[in-house]
Amino acid sequence: MAERTGMVEKRGWGLWATHAMMILGVLVVFFPIWLAFVASTVTQSEITQPPMPLMPGDQFLNNYREALFEGVNVPVLTMLVNSTITALGIAIGKIAISLLSAFAFVYFRFPGRGMFFWLIFLTLMLPVEVRIVPTYEVVAGFGMLNSYSGLIFPLIASATATFLFRQFFLTIPDELAEAARVDGASPMRFFWDIVLPMSRTNIAALFVILFIYGWNQYLWPLLVTTDPEMNTIVMGIRQMFPSGDDLADWPVIMAASILAMVPPIVVVLSMQRLFIRGLVDSEK
Amino acid sequence: MATVDLIDVRKRFGATEVIKGVNLTVADGEFIVIVGPSGCGKSTLLRMVAGLETVSDGEVRIGDRRVNDLEPMDRDISMVFQNYALYPHMSVRQNIGYGLKIAKMPKDQIAAKVAEAAALLQLTDYLDRRPRDLSGGQRQRVAMGRAIVREPSVFLFDEPLSNLDAKLRVQMRLEIKELQAKLGITALYVTHDQVEAMTMADRMVVMHAGVAEQIGTPLEVYESPATVFVAQFIGSPSMNILEATRTAGGAQLGDMMLPGPGGSGSVQLGIRPEHLSRDEAGPLQMHVNLAEPLGANTLLHGWLAGTQLPFTASVPGVWRMTGGTEELQLSVDPEHLHFFDKTTGRRL
Repeated sequence: MAERTGMVEKRGWGLWATHAMMILGVLVVFFPIWLAFVASTVTQSEITQPPMPLMPGDQFLNNYREALFEGVNVPVLTMLVNSTITALGIAIGKIAISLLSAFAFVYFRFPGRGMFFWLIFLTLMLPVEVRIVPTYEVVAGFGMLNSYSGLIFPLIASATATFLFRQFFLTIPDELAEAARVDGASPMRFFWDIVLPMSRTNIAALFVILFIYGWNQYLWPLLVTTDPEMNTIVMGIRQMFPSGDDLADWPVIMAASILAMVPPIVVVLSMQRLFIRGLVDSEK
Repeated sequence: MATVDLIDVRKRFGATEVIKGVNLTVADGEFIVIVGPSGCGKSTLLRMVAGLETVSDGEVRIGDRRVNDLEPMDRDISMVFQNYALYPHMSVRQNIGYGLKIAKMPKDQIAAKVAEAAALLQLTDYLDRRPRDLSGGQRQRVAMGRAIVREPSVFLFDEPLSNLDAKLRVQMRLEIKELQAKLGITALYVTHDQVEAMTMADRMVVMHAGVAEQIGTPLEVYESPATVFVAQFIGSPSMNILEATRTAGGAQLGDMMLPGPGGSGSVQLGIRPEHLSRDEAGPLQMHVNLAEPLGANTLLHGWLAGTQLPFTASVPGVWRMTGGTEELQLSVDPEHLHFFDKTTGRRL
């Protein structure tokens, strides 16, 4: 009996302590975001006058309307659309290319298979920044500056995703491919009907990661877009900062920052449901 | 419905030859079981018939067509795999109908055929489930359904029962055999389980190291095994093989004389444990050091007097060991003696 009380006591106390720590952690992490949100709902003068307000003001609609439809250089809405197209293009393109190349590596025997795989793997060791000058040269040569293709194509090949899909395909039993062959499925039919549906949880997880990767691109969009109409949101926020003595329009910049966070959050939350469901009814 | 002919079929992986020239003629509607220990090449042989492995040499014929260079789907076969190989993301209905869908059969016909196959296999209530929601036996039936719905000329089974528990295996064994008989479709069935081979086969092929050691009906193989390997592989517990010298009146085993058909020379003598009987006046003296009671009969392990070779006898009823070693007199009917060549291991 004593033991039991002890356990309950310990558990109750531990439960409270761990929750208190977690709540504290969340507050610390969340505080800057809260400040940004507060700053996006007040007027310029309220921000510049210390102390800075900690509770939201009444300018929410005004600031967000201004940010979305007017912005500083270009409306935030335009930048959001640009970012969405770029991030979707990168995520979908990367997944499509890596799925197909992983499929080729696992299910086909062709000359130089090993060499090609290691060549792809090698590119993992070269970050975008290292090859950025030659890449810029190539993109400029193709006349792809200030275009979606220029934003998307150089970032579309993914050694990581190819490698992940390859590892996953290797876990699919060979008999499945053989059964499909006996059933009369061509290789691409097998890919569409069997491999793709079986990979959907992996695809969902990768989509989330790659969408955010695409969304957060900063250096590359900064280089290839000179036209404000083609700015993406993440680099665009930086462009909203004034140079020299101009006054920064902080409420609008903060509204843009908050808006920049919304699409990734939406993607994470919606896809999370999908891949948790995928994990719950695990295959095989 | 078709015959299957293997004509001097060989398979090489690099320099290693794993199938060393197999000849087999399968009649229409016949149930052939290919049996052998792991690594004997039995699955490779089946996969060559299926078209999943290329044929290095020789000819595979299904019906009157040479199929060496045809894709599996063009060979008019269907195959049941050891781990069932069901598509995990498809329902039972989709799994069974997938081959028909690829063959571009109209939807209503697919539905009708799937329903028919499901009824035959008692799967009607499970058509909308996923494979993971089914038991092992049900999954096995789905795999069967996928095979029969295409109405192939030949069924190929690659150890289909080895993932099932013992009781289910016995049940499925009967179901497969009945189904095959009902549909009258030629079947090739690979297994390492000699009981499956004995009970299911019209004829069986005993494979060893890439060679078909014997092809015959189960009883032929049991009663007159062609080689020492077949003799020891078929039958449980396996046949005792002893060095003996043949004489005019039988065989000389150490200082024991076994009456039997006359002959001469050094041979290998085979005696099945179940053909030995207790006989106070019997010619064989056995030292028993272990008894395994199975209920209906008891397996006695030990060695024969005058030899050091392990020897097994199966005697009816229960035998209780009292001391460390016991002695026992045994006799065997002369017609149950098997003689094999000492060097080639072939039946004399």
